[in-house]
Order: sequence, then structure tokens, then C-alpha cells
Amino acid sequence: MTSHPIEFDCVQRWYADRPVLQGLSFRVEPGTVYALLGRNGSGKTTALRILLGFLRAHHGTARLLGEDTAELPAAIRGRVGYVSEDHRLYPTMSVQQAVEFEAGTRPGFRREFAFQAIERCGFGKKQRIPQLSRGQRAQLCIILAVAGDPEVLICDDPALGLDVVMRRELLDVLIDLLADSGATVLFSSHFLNDVERIADRVGILHDGSLLVDANMEDLKRRVRRVAFVPREGVAPPAGDDVLRVRSRRHGVDLLLDDPDRARIEALRAGGEVGEPEALSLEDLFVELVGPDAGVLQNGAGDSTNQPQKTTEVAS
Amino acid sequence: MVVIRIDPASAEPLFEQVVFAVKQAVARGQVAAGDKLPSVRELARELAINPNTVMRAYELLERDGVIVRRQGAGSFFTGRGTELAPTERNRQLQDLLRRAATEAFHLGFSADEVLAALRACLEELRFEGRRDGGDPTARSAENGESGTSDSRSKQ
Repeated sequence: MTSHPIEFDCVQRWYADRPVLQGLSFRVEPGTVYALLGRNGSGKTTALRILLGFLRAHHGTARLLGEDTAELPAAIRGRVGYVSEDHRLYPTMSVQQAVEFEAGTRPGFRREFAFQAIERCGFGKKQRIPQLSRGQRAQLCIILAVAGDPEVLICDDPALGLDVVMRRELLDVLIDLLADSGATVLFSSHFLNDVERIADRVGILHDGSLLVDANMEDLKRRVRRVAFVPREGVAPPAGDDVLRVRSRRHGVDLLLDDPDRARIEALRAGGEVGEPEALSLEDLFVELVGPDAGVLQNGAGDSTNQPQKTTEVAS
Repeated sequence: MVVIRIDPASAEPLFEQVVFAVKQAVARGQVAAGDKLPSVRELARELAINPNTVMRAYELLERDGVIVRRQGAGSFFTGRGTELAPTERNRQLQDLLRRAATEAFHLGFSADEVLAALRACLEELRFEGRRDGGDPTARSAENGESGTSDSRSKQ
């Protein structure tokens, strides 16, 4: 059995009586980049904080480098880099001091790499933390985490507040880490075109568990949107391959897993069928977790289909 | 020079886009045997994609004989097209053409129109020199390749 650097096994967590995670299970293979996606409030930050041992799971287990994160040994923390959502840095320090401070806590810290990356991002060693823009603070946090040469890097929405050029710099830093060390990366993000570039695998968190846990290429190659206008009395199709049915002005949009010609022909027997469309990750995301009636349409949802519990797309 | 462009939002997996872009550069005669490809890291940064993806594309290109990777020296174009057993080559060609023909049929084209379009594509890609998969430029290219790799020092 190969060991997974990151494992969630049936993790549950409530805030007061509101359930946030309701049986979150997934694993990240060594050396891969896993993007955890979900709408605001879907529990991404909660999951990452449980993984780092900052928060307890109420049920189930999260494991980081093989260790239960409820009792994470310090030695494990030293092998993990973390970039929090709020980019915490000591406000009394200068950039240089922040680098030296981080270097002091990590034996393998790459000072040279850190200073080069900082220079590339266009801010100086002498600048004080409070003088940095929000985006620069985010960049500094990521540089510090990557320079520590972590085996596992965990980033909570690292691109939040960064403009598009800064986001590219961020990708550069990540690409360097991956090329140098083959680190395992788990990050949450709302920037789906960045995710398309960098992620090997994608998990979509919805209603407390993963709605999708799939390789990026499988998602793109297999999932197709098919417009369907059923004839009178014909019910929208069901089946394991139907990931979502969304009401449209006319008929429904079906999200199907790898429909072949036979599947399309079978649909055609029940109504009008459009050509299967491939989707960008952004469209796919909206199709999966968007409101039933569609963003631009009001109250047409007669066949209110919740997204179905489909954890695996493809093999 | 090889210009490799990809579209991350496209439904085609990124590693396949990279493989296709490289093969296209070869088919269009934009690269010569012995030309060096960017390193995995360079190309990953240039395209702003995961180095794992570039690595995978390079592995496929090497398997197909389009490039050769030398430990520590980098990856080089062989100047040859894809190297596969004749039956496998034939099978892949049949596959490709059948798929194209099927899609063309669904788009409502006649056989003549499809043939004309295919001929135009072939002309665009300078297929003239090729017979039985053997490119007459390949032999001279091979010499060029070994010469280049000798003269190249590690950076």
C-alpha cells in the first residue's frame, strides 16, 4: 500500500449545531497538486485547519504524512508548509527579518531562493511588513513557505487579493517548488483558470462532502453538457452517469459522465437533444454547484434537483 | 524555434495540447533534428502549468520517438516522426481518419469535400518528402543531432 501524504477519512465537523463537514473523505497522492474547490462557506478552510491540527474533527480522522492531525508531532509540522488565508506576518518586522525568522525555524530553509523570489516580485528586503500591500504580503507568505522546502504545502486560497500578474508570479513560485522537489500540494482557490493550469486533481466540496474527486483531465475529457427538451410525459433521465439536471427555459441541461453515441441516441428517443459540449472548469463548477434554475433565470425550477452525491468521476 | 501555445480552458487535457503543439512544430518543419527543447521547468514556467504535466508530455514524445532525453543534457528533437510498429502506425492512422470522417459526415460534408480538405491540410504541412514514414531529411538530421549533443556542454 502506498502511503498518502494527505488523507481525510469521514471527517465531520459542526459549528454549534450547523454541520460544515459531513463525512469528508479523500486522499492526495504524493507529488501531486490537489485543488480543493467549493463555494464560500462550503468548508474548505475548516478542512484545511483540521488537516493542520488547528481544529478538531468531531468525527473521523485526518492524516498528514501518516499522522493523525488530532495529535500532530512537531517533527511533522517541520515538513509541512502552510499559507493561511489571512497571511499572518509579524507587523514589527521588515521583509528581511521575516525571512531570517522563518529561516531560524526551518533547517532546510533556502535563503537564496527566498531573496531572489522577493526581488522578482518587486519589493525590497528593507521594507517593513505594514508597508506591503495585501498582495505583496500574500506573495511573501508563499515565498516563505516554499523556501522552507516543505514535503507538503497547504495553501488556503493563496491567490485571494492578488491581481492577475501577481497570481502568475505565485504560479511561478509553485512551479519552482514542484520542479525542484516534487512536493505534494493541497490548495483551495476561487481562481479556476489558475486551477486548470496547475492542478493534477480537483475536489469540489459541497454540502459537507466531496461532490467531485477526479483527475483534471478526466473531468475535462469525460464530463459533457447536453441540452435536453423532453417530450410531454417523459421524465428527465436518471442514472449513475447523470451528474446534474438543471432546469432551463426550455427543458433541462444534463451534465453527463462520458456519454457515448448510444447514450445520446437513447436520449433522442425521449425528446430533443443538443450536441454534447465540453466545459471549462469554471462552467463545470457552476453547472455542478450553481443554483438549480441557473443564475440568470428566476423561479423556473419545477424539477428541483439537488446535485447528486457523486464522489468519483471516472476511474 | 518552437513556439508552444496552449489553452488551459480547453477541454483537451494540457499534456495532450503540449504533445500536439510539439508534433505540429515538427510537422511544419519549424524545428531541425538536434534542436533542443526547453527544460521541463522552463516550459512549465513559460506556459504557467504544472511541471508534472510537461514531464508527462515529454515522456509521451520520447515514447513516440519525436524527442530523445539525455540525462543532464536536456531533450532534443530526433528529426524523425513518430516511431511505431507498422501495424500500430496503421491502426492509429485508421483510427484518426475514421474519427475525422465520422465527424465530417455529421457536419454534412460530401466525400469529395472531405478529400479536398484533407489534401489542403497535407499540403500545408509539407508532406512531400515523406514516403513509408521515412523522411529523407532524417538521416542527415541524425548526424546533426549527434554533432550537436557533443558540442553541447552542461549548463
